Amino acid sequence: MRKLTTLAVLLTLPLIACSANTTGTATAPTAGSTPPGKDSAAVGFIFVGPKDDFGYNQAAYQGSQEVAKAFPNLEVITAENVPEDDNAARVMNSMIAKGAKIIFATSYGHLDAALKVAAEHPDVAVVQQGNLITAAVPPNAGTFFGTVYEPVYLAGIAAGKATKTGKLGYVYAFPITQTIDNINAFELGAQSVNPDAQTFTVSTSSWCDPGKQAEAAANLLKQGVDVITQHQDCTATVIKATEAAGKFTVGYHADASAIAPKGWLTGSQWNWGPLYTDIVKTALGGTFTGSKYNDNFRVGYRTGENPFVQSPYGPLVDDATKAEIDKARELLKTSSPFAGPIKDQEGKVRIPEGTVPDYTTIEKIDYFVAGVVGSLPKS
Amino acid sequence: MSDLVVDVLTGAVRGGTAIMFAALGETIAERAGVVNLGTEGSMLVGALGGYALAAETGSPWVGLVAGALAGGLLALVHAVMVVWRRSDQFATGLTVMFLGLGLTSLFGAAYVGRAAPGFDPVPVPLLADVPVLGEILFQHDPVTYLSFAAAPLLWWWLRSTRGGLLLRTAGERADVLHVHGYRPGLIRGAAVVAGGALAGIGGAQLATAYAHAWFEGMTAGRGFIAVALVIFAAWRPLWVMAGSYLFGAALALAPALQARGESLNQFALDALPFLITLAILAILGRRTLRAAPEELRRVFT
Repeated sequence: MRKLTTLAVLLTLPLIACSANTTGTATAPTAGSTPPGKDSAAVGFIFVGPKDDFGYNQAAYQGSQEVAKAFPNLEVITAENVPEDDNAARVMNSMIAKGAKIIFATSYGHLDAALKVAAEHPDVAVVQQGNLITAAVPPNAGTFFGTVYEPVYLAGIAAGKATKTGKLGYVYAFPITQTIDNINAFELGAQSVNPDAQTFTVSTSSWCDPGKQAEAAANLLKQGVDVITQHQDCTATVIKATEAAGKFTVGYHADASAIAPKGWLTGSQWNWGPLYTDIVKTALGGTFTGSKYNDNFRVGYRTGENPFVQSPYGPLVDDATKAEIDKARELLKTSSPFAGPIKDQEGKVRIPEGTVPDYTTIEKIDYFVAGVVGSLPKS
Repeated sequence: MSDLVVDVLTGAVRGGTAIMFAALGETIAERAGVVNLGTEGSMLVGALGGYALAAETGSPWVGLVAGALAGGLLALVHAVMVVWRRSDQFATGLTVMFLGLGLTSLFGAAYVGRAAPGFDPVPVPLLADVPVLGEILFQHDPVTYLSFAAAPLLWWWLRSTRGGLLLRTAGERADVLHVHGYRPGLIRGAAVVAGGALAGIGGAQLATAYAHAWFEGMTAGRGFIAVALVIFAAWRPLWVMAGSYLFGAALALAPALQARGESLNQFALDALPFLITLAILAILGRRTLRAAPEELRRVFT
């Protein structure tokens, strides 16, 4: 029994430590204080994974290094593997203690912690990458993102042209809106050139569990899928399995054509540098509050420079396909992958003909479009 | 439908192999009277060691040996602590697990996303063409074929050899060994290290044959599943083998159903392996404890 008690104490210790850390000194926001982020000596970045994951976190890290290059006098503090819980608030607070008045919380699940830190430190500008603030946006906070699904739609065109079986595969982690938009856009892109194309979905319930990814890829390939794409933080396992089977890969997060020299079609990847730099510039200048970044800022082909760009083409993409994609990219400057009519899996029209939904509407889509196979996990 | 069963069973073997190596390793340690919660850590260092050496030397076999060495070396820390320093087995095991996690995320960063040669499936001539069984059992990588022999071999060794007898005695009646001039501590230490080496092989299989990638924390709890498995398999190698495939099947069910477009509750399926463990532990209850090696029972109670 004594041993069991020891074990129980050991297991609960980290929990106690965490909760102790987060009951920090909360100060009420005071009116008339310095503008958030103004003349900050440092800028902090937190990442949910390692900075060299060949994926989402690596792209965000590279963005942070471009900020360092653009502002040589600014100290750039980075923290990897920051979990999406109260620990994130602790890490951000320690960055603030080191003089950072601009904080980038770069993972979807960092939002709650980011808002908490923003509420405690009115002089610090806290921006979160990828999530949406649904309540009133505080004067020193905001979210930003590219319209990820636009290049994914373009990649879907390449997939729809390449498939011989008409079956595409999508390995994803969790049914968050970003992922749902990507899956839908991929299918809509494929459908635009191949009306019978279907997208089969398998979720791994993890941003990175290579074992589960291997199983997902094996099962999709077994079902006759011949183009696989994914929304995972680590991407090598699925790509290698697809390449080994002699099938096509559409990338996400990074140009992984090196590990799929034969089957690489195209993909989508981040280029965060310019946007990060502009956010930092805005905050340093003291004009963060009321700026476009003090909001749920989204940028895409329609509104400017999308930080999500298309990856280079692989050898098997022909000129006709490339021309088709160029045409679609032009069209997206005035339209959207989700321009009506959009039907859901039951055939119900969700976006009527003639409607071009705006970015925030698209980020609230919670259904799969017709042609996607598989259902959304319900809790 | 039968097609689904074949896919799930194939996936069970594919995904259960790494767990089985780790669980057989844990069986050796526990039969000698030591619980090693650091198994997850040994799997991780084995996964990194296997992947890194495969990348450096170009040979996944060298990687496999390196994975075994790395797993054994980490388990040596546990052995030294609990056998010679008499530290608490649970606390030490958890600490060793975190040590493995920390070491691999530190030294593993260079290998994330790096290409390395791995084990590819090698269908066994003739056997691979046998309907149903051929696909389930004989279209895997060479390490998986090795695993088919591992459990029966361990069963035979424990039962029928002098070494096996000594190991079991260390776990049942250490005093008897003393009387006969053996050092039970040495036997236990060796068992823990050998167990860690097997877990390391499991990790290396995961990285170089199953996932073909290294990523920190990639074992994702498989080492802990292995520890639970040993208990509900009542410390018997052949039951451990069956249990590993049961877990493999539970992990393979969700992707097999999803790839067919079946609608299902994803979260319930994710919980399935753990629900199975709980159910079996609840059914067996104290019966398993009675099957436990004598010396191990002292650790638990």
